[in-house]
Amino acid sequence: MSRLCDPRRCGGKEKRNMSLAMVDSGSRVWLLGVEAGSELQSRLAAMGLIPGIAIDVVSNTGNGPLVIMVRNSRVVLGHGMACKIIVR
Amino acid sequence: MKEELAVALAGNPNAGKSTIFNSLTGTRQHVGNYPGVTVERKEGHCRHGNVAMKVIDLPGTYSLTAYSAEEVVARDVIIEDRPDVVVDIIDASNLERNLYLAVQIMELGVPLVLAFNMSDMARASGYQFDLEKLSRFFGAPIVETVGYRGKGMDELLSAITATVEAGKKPEQVHIDYGRELEEEISAIKALVREEGALARKYDPRWLAIKLLEKDKDIFSKIKSDAIMAQVKKSSSRIEKILGEPPETAIAGARYGFISGACQEAVRSTIEMRHTLSDKIDAVVTNRILALPIFLALMYLVFQLTFTLGGPPMDWMDGFFGWLGGAVGGLWPAGSDSVLKSLIVDGIIGGVGGVTVFLPNILLLFLAIAVLEASGYMARAAFIMDRIMHSIGLHGKSFIPMLIGFGCSVPAIMATRTIENRRDRLTTMLVTPLMSCGARLPIYMLIIPAFFPKTWQAPMLGLIYMIGIALAVLSAKFLRSTLLKGESVPFVMELPPYRMPTLKGVLLHMWERGWLYLKKVGTVILGISILLWAMTNYPGLPDNEKAHFDKERNIIVQTRSEDDGEKAAGLAAIDNEESEAALRHSMAGRIGHALEPLLKPMGFDWKIGTALIGAFAAKEVFVAQLGIVYSVGKAKEGSQSLRDKLQKNYPPPWSPSASCSSA
Repeated sequence: MSRLCDPRRCGGKEKRNMSLAMVDSGSRVWLLGVEAGSELQSRLAAMGLIPGIAIDVVSNTGNGPLVIMVRNSRVVLGHGMACKIIVR
Repeated sequence: MKEELAVALAGNPNAGKSTIFNSLTGTRQHVGNYPGVTVERKEGHCRHGNVAMKVIDLPGTYSLTAYSAEEVVARDVIIEDRPDVVVDIIDASNLERNLYLAVQIMELGVPLVLAFNMSDMARASGYQFDLEKLSRFFGAPIVETVGYRGKGMDELLSAITATVEAGKKPEQVHIDYGRELEEEISAIKALVREEGALARKYDPRWLAIKLLEKDKDIFSKIKSDAIMAQVKKSSSRIEKILGEPPETAIAGARYGFISGACQEAVRSTIEMRHTLSDKIDAVVTNRILALPIFLALMYLVFQLTFTLGGPPMDWMDGFFGWLGGAVGGLWPAGSDSVLKSLIVDGIIGGVGGVTVFLPNILLLFLAIAVLEASGYMARAAFIMDRIMHSIGLHGKSFIPMLIGFGCSVPAIMATRTIENRRDRLTTMLVTPLMSCGARLPIYMLIIPAFFPKTWQAPMLGLIYMIGIALAVLSAKFLRSTLLKGESVPFVMELPPYRMPTLKGVLLHMWERGWLYLKKVGTVILGISILLWAMTNYPGLPDNEKAHFDKERNIIVQTRSEDDGEKAAGLAAIDNEESEAALRHSMAGRIGHALEPLLKPMGFDWKIGTALIGAFAAKEVFVAQLGIVYSVGKAKEGSQSLRDKLQKNYPPPWSPSASCSSA
């Protein structure tokens, strides 16, 4: 999967796993965790994003919001948010 | 059976809750506000057989945590108001996520009924539900509904009454959170039980779970140090053993429960493929096409409101003019009655000024209702998000700002959809900078007065640009200083496109329009009366009045036969008298007092006076200015007023720059 995300924006950490922001459109990944406070984690969980869930990336333009499909519904995520979501 | 059942409707946004609410209550509903928060409160009434019900439409939420005002309100209504039944409206084609809320309502221990809404779409997507089994899993009867067709309403109402009749407190269906979590829950529960007051109101197990979830609202309600200490201990234990914080573990367990239930009771026969929505989205959110399509749609909306709204506005204007005349006619001609002036000028003038906007605003609301119902609004916010982000705002801020070009009042009301308080405040503060429709008459007056023909159109464009630039700068400034803070991260659901229903859209439009009428009607009515008083009192002292009367007599008695000239002369005196009266009045004096403040801007007391009137409604500025310059009832096309303005406030490049103001 190509690096669409600018490392400077994502904190540049080299990971074996990647952030959602770096995933190509049309791919399917699995959620590992969210690097954020409990409020954000809670909101994402309420939308269905909890560890282990499958995420289909519908559209990722590389530096704008992403559209993903999770548990049968389409969700839009800001780029910053996608950077915090770690997937495999 | 009780006299009137209290039924609360809960559910995810976009699950069709409002449609069902409208189906059940029709026009017997009432929209207001929850005290202290800008969350809408909707209540209505309906009957089923001989049972009367009060239906409360809770705000749409994805869960019952404490992270947004909507969620806290929904939760509080269920806990404090104790409705007899809570109906969770579920989007059946999105079962798992929708059930997340159901599970949390379940844990509150209230009688629950589940409505599997949009069941036609779910069927079409190939889903088959074993409702009996699911019903047992969740401890609640399940009714299939198709909200926008009004199907299933009777069955839903029957299920509600049946649930209440069954009477017994529902045996709480407990989710097993797994050994480790359950251990900690028990430990906390024991301590909570000892804390008498809290345990009576809230179910101890629910409290324990919420505490482990670090629920802010519950945290603030706990006074006992012992409990908090235990919660801390439990949290770190969980984190160590399970490798994740309790909040995530709990969420995971909930979804695990839901998945389990669905695996047993839901069959999917057709694979989800590219639905029509995705195809539309491919065009609408396409990188190149998105913005032009969006701008085209916005242009369409504006055309709709202003061209379609034009004739009704003129009609309204005429109506109020007629009304003023008719009511005024009740007094003998030339009467100086205070009451007449109050009613005709103050009240009818004031209310008329505001109500004249109504057609425009209703049309704007109609357009917004259609865009929202069809699902396009969500895409619009998404498309504008990146641009908004660079100013420090939200994608959702764009809509109110756009509406602000038409009228600031509904624009500010539209900011309700922005959850984050700081974003919302910033948007509200910045929106009025967008040149709203009421300023057009003022621009039309001033621009031709000061600029030669070729410059006029570009000037108008420039003013709009300046407005936008100011808005952008202010937003940036506000967000980096006074209203600093993390912008709420952008997470939003994209509902599938839907065909809006006529009934739903009209109801929505009327709801918002009525609120506008009520609020603005009362506030502006009050201000109009106040302003009327300020511009008419204190009146001209008698000796001055006598002076004007004398002048009038002179004209009436001149030997000239030219009636036109006489009339013009009389009119001129009337105008002079008005000007003198205005100068003498409260408003005029305030204008004078403000003069030192306005002088640096090149304004004088006359403009100051006009500005005061403009506080209530900007168009009043033109009329007031006309009075101040004795041109009588001035309209923006008034050339004489323009000439006077030019003479009195010469721009630096005009030849008469050497003249001082009159």
